[in-house]
Amino acid sequence: MISDFLERLFLGQDDTTSRDNVKSRLKIVLAQDRANLSPEMMEAMRREIVEVVSRYVEIDTEGLNFCLESDQRATALIANLPIRRIKLEPDPKPLADTDTPGLDPQLELPGMSASESSRGFSDDSSSPPDIDLSL
Amino acid sequence: MGRIIVITSGKGGVGKTTCSANLGMALAKLNHSVALIDADFGLRNLDLLLGLENRVVYTALEVLAGQCRLEQALVKDKRLNDLVLLPAAQNRNKDAVTPEQMKQLAYALTKKYDYVLIDCPAGIEMGFQNAIAAADEALIVTTPEISAVRDADRVVGLLEAHHVKTINLIVNRIRPAMVQANDMMSVHDVQEILAIPLIGIIPDDEQVIVATNRGEPLVLSDNFSLSGVALQNIAQRIEGKDIDFLDLDAPYDTIFSRLRRFFKK
Repeated sequence: MISDFLERLFLGQDDTTSRDNVKSRLKIVLAQDRANLSPEMMEAMRREIVEVVSRYVEIDTEGLNFCLESDQRATALIANLPIRRIKLEPDPKPLADTDTPGLDPQLELPGMSASESSRGFSDDSSSPPDIDLSL
Repeated sequence: MGRIIVITSGKGGVGKTTCSANLGMALAKLNHSVALIDADFGLRNLDLLLGLENRVVYTALEVLAGQCRLEQALVKDKRLNDLVLLPAAQNRNKDAVTPEQMKQLAYALTKKYDYVLIDCPAGIEMGFQNAIAAADEALIVTTPEISAVRDADRVVGLLEAHHVKTINLIVNRIRPAMVQANDMMSVHDVQEILAIPLIGIIPDDEQVIVATNRGEPLVLSDNFSLSGVALQNIAQRIEGKDIDFLDLDAPYDTIFSRLRRFFKK
């Protein structure tokens, strides 16, 4: 009884309050309202960005992360593309046909060697760079 | 040239018209000349809150139709010399006027009045478009409820798209005891989510209903009310004065809740 009282006194309730509920619900619904971007559009954009970037660098597909964040009334696309290796020279641009877009970011130049990669980003880079494309 | 300020919210019933009436009165009490425009065509209420419903002869619609001069349509308040109301038509719907016409009316009023306050209807359709067309500044009224905050956010987005640069937030109907019990969002929560500057905090107050019954806005009443003071403070902040916000938590701030907050930090 007394311990319960003390706990309430100093720690407050442990359950999430309705105030916390409403705040988290609002934040989610507002991020969607503000972005107003369909999942299909988002997926198409993600594919094309990965396609372009992987012409120049080799991306770690496991660690890919795309999300929309809204903060201080500005919506930003936060894309985290961990880079495995820098390519020696960019892959040729894909031809106009979009039947089979270059979905596979694991493209690799045959002559790629370890020494070149060490000049740029290496596998063990602890914090992969963020690409911030503000909308 | 006067300032044109629209009072809007998105959601209905959060206190737009009450704020419009009281802020108009409060600014007039501070010796500014004020014109209030009721932009809620078809559902006008501002005349009731001001207690001027019996003196409405012409409305904005007759002015636009050329049936009377603008000055004839303005209802002058007898309690405060510098306050006039341009009533909305009650028998027509919101499509009766265009944004261009609202601009004409508001610009004409800025020549004579320091402040032109536009009471916006709920929603984001034609009536809203009309109300914001002429505005340089906006006051967003919201309550600490999920639906009101969501609608307010939508309206802020639309105002920004219409190049209304100055947007300030009024959080209405705060219940400090519920905030203390973590059963209501605090002013800080709402402001953080909407991310626009705060200009006023108004506590939930039964006196608002009494004032509405009498047609006598709170800021005119001789009786002290916390919400009346809050509204007068907002008027002074609109003038540009730096006034501290009311500490609504004080009566609920026991030694225990202070200790708890201290240890939580």
